[in-house]
Amino acid sequence: MFAYYFQLGLRSLRKNPLLTALMVMAIGFGVAASMTTYSVFRATSNNPIPQKSSQLFVPQIDNWGPEDAQRNKGEPPQAMSYTDAIALMRDHRAKRQTALYPAGLSIVPADANQLPFRENTYGVYADAFAMFDIPFRYGGGWTAAEDGSRAAVAVIGKDLNDKLFHGENSVGREINLDGRSYRITGVMDHWDPQPLFFDAVNTGGFDDATQLFVPFTRMIELKVATNGNNNCNKDPGQGWDNWLHSECVWLGFWAELATKSEADAYRSYLTGYAAEQQRAGRFRWAPNVRLRNVVEWLDFQQVVPPEAKISLLVALGFLVICLVNTIGLLLAKFMRRSSEIGVRRALGASRREIYAQFLMEAGAVGLAGGLLGLVLTGVGVYGISLIFDPQVARLATLDVPLVLLTLLVAILSTVIAAFYPTWRAAQVQPAWQLKSN
Amino acid sequence: MLKMTHLSKVYRTEVVETYALRDFNINVTEGEFVAVTGPSGSGKTTFLTIAGLLETFTGGEYHLDGVEVSNLNDNARSKIRNEKIGFIFQAFNLIPDLNVFDNVEVPLRYRGMKAAERKQRIMDALERVGLASRAKHYPAELSGGQQQRVAIARALAGSPRLLLADEPTGNLDTQMARGVLELLEEIHREGATIVMVTHDPELAARAQRNVHIIDGQVVDLAEDPRFHHGQHAAHAGTSV
Repeated sequence: MFAYYFQLGLRSLRKNPLLTALMVMAIGFGVAASMTTYSVFRATSNNPIPQKSSQLFVPQIDNWGPEDAQRNKGEPPQAMSYTDAIALMRDHRAKRQTALYPAGLSIVPADANQLPFRENTYGVYADAFAMFDIPFRYGGGWTAAEDGSRAAVAVIGKDLNDKLFHGENSVGREINLDGRSYRITGVMDHWDPQPLFFDAVNTGGFDDATQLFVPFTRMIELKVATNGNNNCNKDPGQGWDNWLHSECVWLGFWAELATKSEADAYRSYLTGYAAEQQRAGRFRWAPNVRLRNVVEWLDFQQVVPPEAKISLLVALGFLVICLVNTIGLLLAKFMRRSSEIGVRRALGASRREIYAQFLMEAGAVGLAGGLLGLVLTGVGVYGISLIFDPQVARLATLDVPLVLLTLLVAILSTVIAAFYPTWRAAQVQPAWQLKSN
Repeated sequence: MLKMTHLSKVYRTEVVETYALRDFNINVTEGEFVAVTGPSGSGKTTFLTIAGLLETFTGGEYHLDGVEVSNLNDNARSKIRNEKIGFIFQAFNLIPDLNVFDNVEVPLRYRGMKAAERKQRIMDALERVGLASRAKHYPAELSGGQQQRVAIARALAGSPRLLLADEPTGNLDTQMARGVLELLEEIHREGATIVMVTHDPELAARAQRNVHIIDGQVVDLAEDPRFHHGQHAAHAGTSV
């Protein structure tokens, strides 16, 4: 009967091309608006590392005191001071951990035909590669010993390797950074987590894929300043040493904690550490610490742009309005066929069969609306950069899951919209219809 | 085949109750050809729609082919309609978007019949009413008489035990009406039970038995004082 109902549905749609076109357009535009904005929302609210997001944590320690915290709803600073980051690294209470910060380094290509250029670089510890599940095409990260010796080593990204070494295995070769030579230990495969969870504070969650990592310890030794945010609650004084020992916050910190009990223990450790700082006279306030996993951290950082949420809500509202229109059009279309319904009921169709026939017809409308919606969604995704930041807009893509979702939403929402018109159709009293004829 | 006992049908509004049928009794045996007559508004069509399970009734009993139908749900009633009852309407009630073949196919679709058997039955039914060559035509392309023949083919295709006809010649000219009536008589001779509602005394006279309905009740014209003078003669031979 499925094929029979589908065939009847198509026949009915062909019979009233204008009415059908109105319904298809209503659904197509409604679905396209929703799916276009959803594609942005999906990209921005994506879990960038689902396999480990519950195991990676950002600790926060309040080293500024309640006066500053009060301005930030009681929250500690979003980044960490060098003093605290190094203390946490030294105590090594997590399975893996890294302090990190971004800096701009100049790359001088060995090929004299290429001009030097600046590359955004992250100073990290060796654990970072395993913590963040960074894939490698060649080689791997450096060792903890190389962290300790502040070795001149580097990990480069696939794109940078293509640019400097034409995609060859460059492990063991040298790269010139800010006039110094670094040995390449690994070449990453494509790695572009979105949002850019490990540095949401500086990037807002969206930036180009990172192409260069060097040891944190090396960057500190070379006094490489961050090109990210520096936040100070008082003057740090002059010079690199004063900067390092100031209460300015400018470092990111990540800890890998495999289980809830490990996370609980780490939270206790953070509280204990802050209490110790209080006893030592550095903090003149009670411990105020936080520990958030990836999803909680991105949520706290409000990585999803407010306009993405608002536009999604507006688009969903538009879809609802389109569906209400569709309900009216379907109702008019179905009730015009009361006499046919009466005949079918007389010839043995149960109410259930009338439901099935008309819901199938609505499904056919939904499918046509979905196909139109797909085309319009494609146009919408192409033009999304008119509304959103280009870094966010480039993430919105019409991929296979979105294609399937568009069709599913179109069909499902139309079938749901058809419930009332179909119910009314199934309530048609055949006796009255046949008498009135 | 069809037995209604003390059956009633009441239409209720907030202020008034209208009895369409009241203490209605009828017994149609298998193979009978019964004509149901009566003035407009007497309840003939209400009787037919209840008989065809298109409408429920308020009180009394109705046995169709030995089954008490008052407590059946929509699915069961639809199944009985589909398998045991064939309808012929005054206005033909063909579905205009479907061609002749597809119109005749409708009840067979609901029976879940295989395509080959459906096709065989449809062509047999159309052959029988003389319209096999018009299978691909749409109702609008046929005359009234041909449309009624298609409706009869649709009713016959499912081999129903009971054929219910509501003014089957009401929308036809005399010649076409004669053709349709001859077809019904032929179907009856082959063993079908037919209950036919009609205004037309000539048509009613060709049935085996006439039942007269007045004010929602079956009446015996011979004993009803309203028909003793003058009208009695017109209905001579009618039995209830």
